[in-house]
Amino acid sequence: MAQPAIKVEGLGKLYRIGPRGGYHTFRESVTESVKSPFRWLARMGQPSSAAANALWALKDVSFEVQAGEAIGIIGRNGAGKSTLLKILSDITEPTEGRAEIRGRVGSLLEVGTGFHPELSGRENIYLTGAILGMRRAEIKAKFDEIVDFSGVERFLETPVKRYSSGMWVRLGFAIAAYLQPEILLVDEVLAVGDAEFQKKCLGKMDDVAKTGRTVLFVSHSMPAIHSLCTRAVLLEHGGVSIDGAPAEVIARYMSIIGAVHRKNDWPDQAAAPGNEDIRVRSVRVGSTDSQDTALITMKSPIRVVTDYWVLRPGRTLHLTYHLVNEYGVTVLTTGCPSRQCQPGIYRSSFCLPGGLLNSGEYFLRLLIVEQGNQVTFDMADIASFSVVEAEKREGACLTREPGVVQPVLAWDTLPLGSGAEV
Amino acid sequence: MLETPSTDPLPILAAPTVHVIAPHKGWLGLNVGEMWRHRELAYIFAWRDVKVRYKQTLLGFLWALLQPLTKLVIFTVIFGRLAKIDSEGAPYAVFVYAGLLPWEFFAEALQRSSQSIIEQQSLVTKASFPRMLMPVGAMGASLVDFAVSFLILLALILYYPDVHLGWRLVGVIPLVVLTIIVATGVGTFLSALNVAYRDFRYVIPFLIQVWMFLTPVIYPVSVVPPKWQWLISLNPMSGIVDAFRSVVLAKPMAWTNLGISTSVALLAFVVGVKYFRRVERSFADII
Repeated sequence: MAQPAIKVEGLGKLYRIGPRGGYHTFRESVTESVKSPFRWLARMGQPSSAAANALWALKDVSFEVQAGEAIGIIGRNGAGKSTLLKILSDITEPTEGRAEIRGRVGSLLEVGTGFHPELSGRENIYLTGAILGMRRAEIKAKFDEIVDFSGVERFLETPVKRYSSGMWVRLGFAIAAYLQPEILLVDEVLAVGDAEFQKKCLGKMDDVAKTGRTVLFVSHSMPAIHSLCTRAVLLEHGGVSIDGAPAEVIARYMSIIGAVHRKNDWPDQAAAPGNEDIRVRSVRVGSTDSQDTALITMKSPIRVVTDYWVLRPGRTLHLTYHLVNEYGVTVLTTGCPSRQCQPGIYRSSFCLPGGLLNSGEYFLRLLIVEQGNQVTFDMADIASFSVVEAEKREGACLTREPGVVQPVLAWDTLPLGSGAEV
Repeated sequence: MLETPSTDPLPILAAPTVHVIAPHKGWLGLNVGEMWRHRELAYIFAWRDVKVRYKQTLLGFLWALLQPLTKLVIFTVIFGRLAKIDSEGAPYAVFVYAGLLPWEFFAEALQRSSQSIIEQQSLVTKASFPRMLMPVGAMGASLVDFAVSFLILLALILYYPDVHLGWRLVGVIPLVVLTIIVATGVGTFLSALNVAYRDFRYVIPFLIQVWMFLTPVIYPVSVVPPKWQWLISLNPMSGIVDAFRSVVLAKPMAWTNLGISTSVALLAFVVGVKYFRRVERSFADII
C-alpha cells in the first residue's frame, strides 16, 4: 500500500495560559537576568514548567490520511482543530509527537492572507500568491484565470481597501484556488462570501479532491463536510474522539454539541414539562430505517415518539406538534386526535415521510390542548434534529436548495410531436 | 531577476518529498536552502514596502529625495555653520552627507526590520514561509531609498570642486554589504525580541538616536584620541561610516578600525541570526 499523504503520530501541543499568556514582562526578565544572565533570551518560547497555567490544546492525536482522501475535521471551538491545522501547515511547532507530510502543501487558513490594503488587486494577486508559496511564473501563467474566477476584473487597478468585503473574499479565494497543491489544508474559509460564490468555491474544492489530491478541511458547516468529505474526524478536548464515515461522525458531533436534542428524557415526573394533567416523560426523534442515532437524511422517514404521563382522569386532551425550521418558519402542524385517557403512561408517535423536508435544522414545539381548544401547555424546542442531504450532489455545497420543503415530486414529460405541428 | 527558468511550472508532479514536522530542540543553523527557495518572497516583500510607502501622497517618490535633503541642509547649517564642527578640510555638506548616507540606510533598515514581524501578525499566524524573509525583505526597501539618496551625494560631488567623481566610489559597495550584515544581525535580533517583549518597540527609536551620536556621522573620528579609536570601532557602524567617508572624500582608510568593526559586524550577524532561528518557531504562539 502507498504511503499515506499525511501521517500524524501522537501529536501534542502545549500552550501557556494565564493573564499574560506567553509574555514575560521585560522588567521581570531583567530582574531575572541579573541572577542568571542571558537565560531569559533563550527562554522565550520554551514551555513553562508550571503545569498549572498550561493547556494541552492537542494531546496524543494520531491519524492517517491517504492520498486522494478528503477528510473533514470537526469539533467545538477550542477542540484543537485550528491548532492541528497550524501544526500541519508548519506555522507553529508541536510540543510532542510528529507528523509526516508527503507532497506540496497549500494551506488556506484565511482568505486574502497578506493582502495589503493600499495595493491594487493586481499587485495583491502577486503578493498573496507569493506568500502562499506560488512562484511568479506560476502566478503569471494563471493570472487571467484567477481574475476571471474572482470576478473583479473591473477593479484590478483599484486599491483593495476600496473593495467591498465580498470582492475581497472572492479575490482572496481565487488566488488560493489556483495554488494547486497536492495537499490542501483549509480552515473555515468558506463560511464567508455570498451563497453563489460559496457554491463556486466548494465546487473548486471538489475538483481538487477529484483530481486525486488530498484535502483536509476544518469546518463547522456539517452540510459542507457531509457533501465534500469522504471521511471525518471529530476532535474533543484536544484528542481524536471518533474517526469514520462523515454521517456517523457528524451525528455524534451534533449530539455532543447539544445543537440538536433528538432525545430528551425527564425521568423525574415532578420536574418533567407539563401541567397537573399531563407530563412529558420523553421525546425522541429517529430515522425509522435504522437505529436512533443515525443521521437523518432528506430521504429517511422521521419518527417522533412522545411518552407521557396522564395524571388526572376524565380529561379530553390531545398533543399537537409544530415543526419549525431554522429560520423560524412553521413548516407544518400535526396533532393526534383528541381522546379521553385514564391515568397512566402513554406513547404517541407519528412519522414524517422521507423525501419531504429540505436539509437544515428543525425544532419541535409541543402544545397540549385540552377540552377541544384550550392550550394548557406550550413548549418550544422540546426536541430538535437536523436533516442532511442524502447523497453528494454534483457541485453540492454549503447552500441548500431554496424552499421550506423539498418533496420528491413525480415529473412527467411527454412528446407532443415536432414543433411544426403545434 | 533572480528567477531561474523553470521547465515545469507545476512541480507537483515530481515525486513527493517527505516533510517531517516535529519539535526542535536547541539551536538551529541558518536555513539557507529554504530561504533560497522562497527568495522571490523576499523580493516581493521589499517591492511591496517600496510601492506602499508613497501611495496616496502628492509628492510620491520625491519624498525619498526630500527627506535626506532636509537633513543635509539642517545638519550643514547647525553643525557646519553654527557649531563649526571640524570636517577635516572637506566641505562640511559633503563631509556630513557622506556619513549621513550610510547611517540613514542603516537606521532605516534597522527600524523597518525590527518592526517587520510584529507589524505582520496575520502572516505569522496564517501563513508558512521562512520568517527571516520578513526582516530581510524590510531591508530591501531601505536599499531602494539608499539608492535614491545616493543621487544627492553624486550631485554634491559634482557641485563642490574639491571632490571628484572616480572609480574609487565603487568601494562603497562592500561597505553597503557590510552595513546590510550589521543591520541583518541587529534587526533580526530586535525583531525577535519585539515579538516577546513589546518594550522594544519603544526602545528601538531611542536606541537608534543614541547610536547615531556614538557613530562619527556629524563629527570626524579624529575627535577621538588615537588610543581610544579601537573602542569606538567596537561600534560596527563607526568603522563603516568612517570608511564610507574616506571613499567619498578620497582619504586614507583606517584599516585597523574597519577591521575591528567588520569583526564585530560578523559577530552581530551570527548572534542575531542564531537567536532568531532559535525563537522563530514560537512566534505564532506568542505574537
